[in-house]
Amino acid sequence: MAKLTVDDLKRIKEKTAKETSLREGAAKIKVTVHMGTCGIAAGAREVMNALMDEMAQTDRQDIRVVASGCMGMCSSEPNVTVEMEGEEPIVYQHMTANKMRQVFHRHVLEGEVQTDFALAKM
Amino acid sequence: MKELSLHILDVAENGISAGADRIRIEVLEDRRDNRLTLKIADNGKGIPTDQIDRAIDPFYTSRTTRRVGLGLSFLDAAAVRCGGHMRIQSDLGKGTEIVAEFVHDHIDRAPLGDMIGTMITLIMGSPTIDFEYRHQVDDDEFMLDTREIKESFGGRPVTDPQVFQYVMTTLRASEKRLAEKG
Repeated sequence: MAKLTVDDLKRIKEKTAKETSLREGAAKIKVTVHMGTCGIAAGAREVMNALMDEMAQTDRQDIRVVASGCMGMCSSEPNVTVEMEGEEPIVYQHMTANKMRQVFHRHVLEGEVQTDFALAKM
Repeated sequence: MKELSLHILDVAENGISAGADRIRIEVLEDRRDNRLTLKIADNGKGIPTDQIDRAIDPFYTSRTTRRVGLGLSFLDAAAVRCGGHMRIQSDLGKGTEIVAEFVHDHIDRAPLGDMIGTMITLIMGSPTIDFEYRHQVDDDEFMLDTREIKESFGGRPVTDPQVFQYVMTTLRASEKRLAEKG
């Protein structure tokens, strides 16, 4: 592949600037993937990548994804916390890429807590 | 860890926890010298001198959520197992650099694995932090700097769909090219 230059980037920028708006509105939903050594060893990266993949396919502007450290519940990793405005945070345990996709569609997008995978309410 | 890229993710996350806003990751594969070197440098708060030696002790950790600290111990063990070693260089208040060397074709060396997954997780999981990534295989190399990318996109964040798409496409194309060489 030819090396992309700064000029190429500028052209892409000009082309796309009109087409899309910034994802900047206030985030109402926060999805945290816990990325301590324990989480990473248990598969948190694959969970995060599935989540990024789903994020790329939605045009919702109010969802923010963050990586954080270990919560101290290493044996239930990978853990994912979903926080929705006005509701208690839900911690999910033993997550996989597929479970993440389900939680994203059902809980994050539609507000239905997936109790089968939930570890706790915080 | 099953892949070296998971060690990289883990050690880079340490840098984020240390308050860094810029992290440099280098994967240097020199097959003529049969060496594979990983470098992860951050500009976080650094490790006090008296704690550097304890950093690879699995039963030492500066955190309070649990009693063990395995990240650097794992990387050190992985390097030593493969005829290499790990070094910690840290200046208090300036940052930390971790260098791990491996014998490239050592039978116990875990594969580098999914570097794209590691970089995307880091970049998208901590969008306010700038990442510089360099992957070199013999004479061929690939570099990505999220600060440059953000500037080229007129200061748009990496979470912007177009910027994300660009980062993803560049990483995929470049890692594929390097993998074909290897």
